[in-house]
Amino acid sequence: MPEKISTKQRLQISRQKMPEQKSAARAANFEEVNLGFTEQLALLEAERCLQCKDPRCMAGCPVGVHISTFIDLLAAGKIAEAARSLLCDNALPGVTGRVCPQETQCEIECVRAAKSQPVGIGYLERYVADWARAHRDQLASAPPAASGRRVAIVGSGPAGLTAAGELARRGHEVIIYEALHKPGGVLVYGIPEFRLPKKIVQQEVQRLEEAGVKIECNVVIGRTYTVPELRERFDAIFIANGAGLPVFMEVPGENLKGVYSANEYLTRVNLMAAYRFPQSDTPVLQGKYVAVVGGGNVAMDAVRTAKRLGARDAMIVYRRTAKELPARAEEVHHAGEEGIRFEFLTAPVEVVGNEKRWVTGLKCVRMQLGAPDASGRARPEPIPGSEFILPCDTVVVAIGTRANPLLTATCPELKLNKYGNLVVDENGMTNLPGVFAGGDIVRGAATVILAMGDGKRAAKAMDEYLQRATAAKA
Amino acid sequence: MHSILNRQPLSPNVTRLDVNAPRIAQIRQPGQFVIVRLAENSERIPLTIADANPATGAITLVIQAVGKSTRELVALKPGDAIRDIVGPLGHATEMIGSGRALCIGGGVGTAVVHPIARGLQERGVQVTSIIGGRSREWVVFEPELRRLGEVVVCTDDGSYGRKGFVTDAARDILGGGGIQIVYAVGPVPMMRAVAALTRPFGVRTIVSLNPVMIDGTGMCGGCRVTVGNQTRFACVDGPEFDGHQVNFDELLDRLSTYREFEQRALACAEGACRLGIAVVESSTR
Repeated sequence: MPEKISTKQRLQISRQKMPEQKSAARAANFEEVNLGFTEQLALLEAERCLQCKDPRCMAGCPVGVHISTFIDLLAAGKIAEAARSLLCDNALPGVTGRVCPQETQCEIECVRAAKSQPVGIGYLERYVADWARAHRDQLASAPPAASGRRVAIVGSGPAGLTAAGELARRGHEVIIYEALHKPGGVLVYGIPEFRLPKKIVQQEVQRLEEAGVKIECNVVIGRTYTVPELRERFDAIFIANGAGLPVFMEVPGENLKGVYSANEYLTRVNLMAAYRFPQSDTPVLQGKYVAVVGGGNVAMDAVRTAKRLGARDAMIVYRRTAKELPARAEEVHHAGEEGIRFEFLTAPVEVVGNEKRWVTGLKCVRMQLGAPDASGRARPEPIPGSEFILPCDTVVVAIGTRANPLLTATCPELKLNKYGNLVVDENGMTNLPGVFAGGDIVRGAATVILAMGDGKRAAKAMDEYLQRATAAKA
Repeated sequence: MHSILNRQPLSPNVTRLDVNAPRIAQIRQPGQFVIVRLAENSERIPLTIADANPATGAITLVIQAVGKSTRELVALKPGDAIRDIVGPLGHATEMIGSGRALCIGGGVGTAVVHPIARGLQERGVQVTSIIGGRSREWVVFEPELRRLGEVVVCTDDGSYGRKGFVTDAARDILGGGGIQIVYAVGPVPMMRAVAALTRPFGVRTIVSLNPVMIDGTGMCGGCRVTVGNQTRFACVDGPEFDGHQVNFDELLDRLSTYREFEQRALACAEGACRLGIAVVESSTR
């Protein structure tokens, strides 16, 4: 067992770099960019944690991971215990260790951030999660006593999977209904292989299935079954069917051939494996000059995918500046290294095409930042007369999504806000007793970890609800 | 997995498959569709449900073999299985409750028109059907539609029924008056021609659209069509729309997006493709 080291010694260790594929090589393949820490790097990084008495990092975590606890166990060489601690707080650590915006959540709260760099919490989470997946036999736990209660979960994305794990652990029978043919939601259709390998999602899903969660794919709630039908068959329901519909720019030319929503582009490549066409039957247009409109994580995923599909020029078209990019810092950094071009302060006004109706360019206008808008960010305003054409053969629109009415239209009693998102109370319950909701169908487009936080919070409230219902019956 | 219960060739490239899908068989309504995915590397293909038997749990899919994926589907035999079927998707057909309807089917579209015609007939609507094909052997679902009302068969070459297009026969029937609504399902140019024909008559015309689609739940937006100058998603807003509002030219154009890929996939399936990667790298346009 390694000896405890002093705070002074801890302060002398600098943040360990994540080993990664070289940018030139990775821009041409779909393999994961980050390679993961070695044991030595993980232990060194773990020792950087000062083990604060009142750790602020945990408060920054939407699922409340006991960060300093698992890091302490890791530093002490007790990795199985570190894994148990982490898995107890987080149903999908292999996912969050890769896709969470740590820099705005846990790591920004780290005391070490002030004078040096924060502890690489995400990197350590990933290390422990990957160890846990490789050593499942050492982490087996006894199944909980069955509660006799049945719960239906709509959607197998991050919110649904997290809630499922929490509820199964409390002894409830859990069935997840997934509309697509594979479980994982945005983790499989949206986030690319090079950022989150599908094998990892599959293994994390498998761990939940081993814990008793049942998943039925190819079931669309709102079509195959409705929420009122589920209410008859289940004691509680958690709706986490995602944001659903892609938002388009509503500019002329948007239905030309070569214009995709980011959802379609990424689904073709990720879920349907179009990058392996013709081994895989689903095609995707492999543009040489690809303009991706938007500045979030989805836009970064799309533009880096375009590069990997062989684009000579893959560019981000964003109406604000680098400073306002909502994407995760690491993705922006990786994109830059991979040769992604950024057209900042640029807004599309029209998609232009040739006589055969294929895209040939994006007519844009240059912007300048004005006074802050409702979101507190500077409002971009068009500069008159600055129109120009950005030549491209493919346009991917990544400017957000809105609520899918498929489920709610078949359960009109559910209370919605003006955007069509479900309205929930502080416990995640909708206006219908026993029907809870979380993730993007409540929040609009947000992040994986916020959806997971919703899943965790709702699961706790659902468990209490089920216990109350049981007590009331007795 | 959904096993094939029955297979029946209907025309030189149209095949009927009865597939086990009990829940869908129980609740589907005319006009709705499913998305099927044959195997692990297969595409997701939208197919309108042609019929269903809640007692046996079978749904009927009528498939025209045009590309690699549809050829694979029609090659299935009883006992084989389709990996994934999801549905029923889309809205049910808007139906009238009385009066007279004209149902027009072109080629494989006739299989989609049939459940609509039956639904109308069950509601007490007087149904006249016009069905067309290149020649006699391409005409499908004629006996089934004859049970529901008058049927006019048209063939391009005159080898069976009336020589000419379905629109020629439709013009005569509309001219006679009394038709309250027209349903047209078939190739896009046929639906476009029917909508153009019925517009001056002022008869409401419903068409069933078949754009490129992936998830079928509104998530991808690939199936967007312009209807009444508005973008609509065929999967969740349709698949049936007011034919007088549909931008058919745009639909036809968008349907050609992956033509080169489709030809390449077929060539590969036929053994012309030795190394997939080399094929992928060739230009797409």
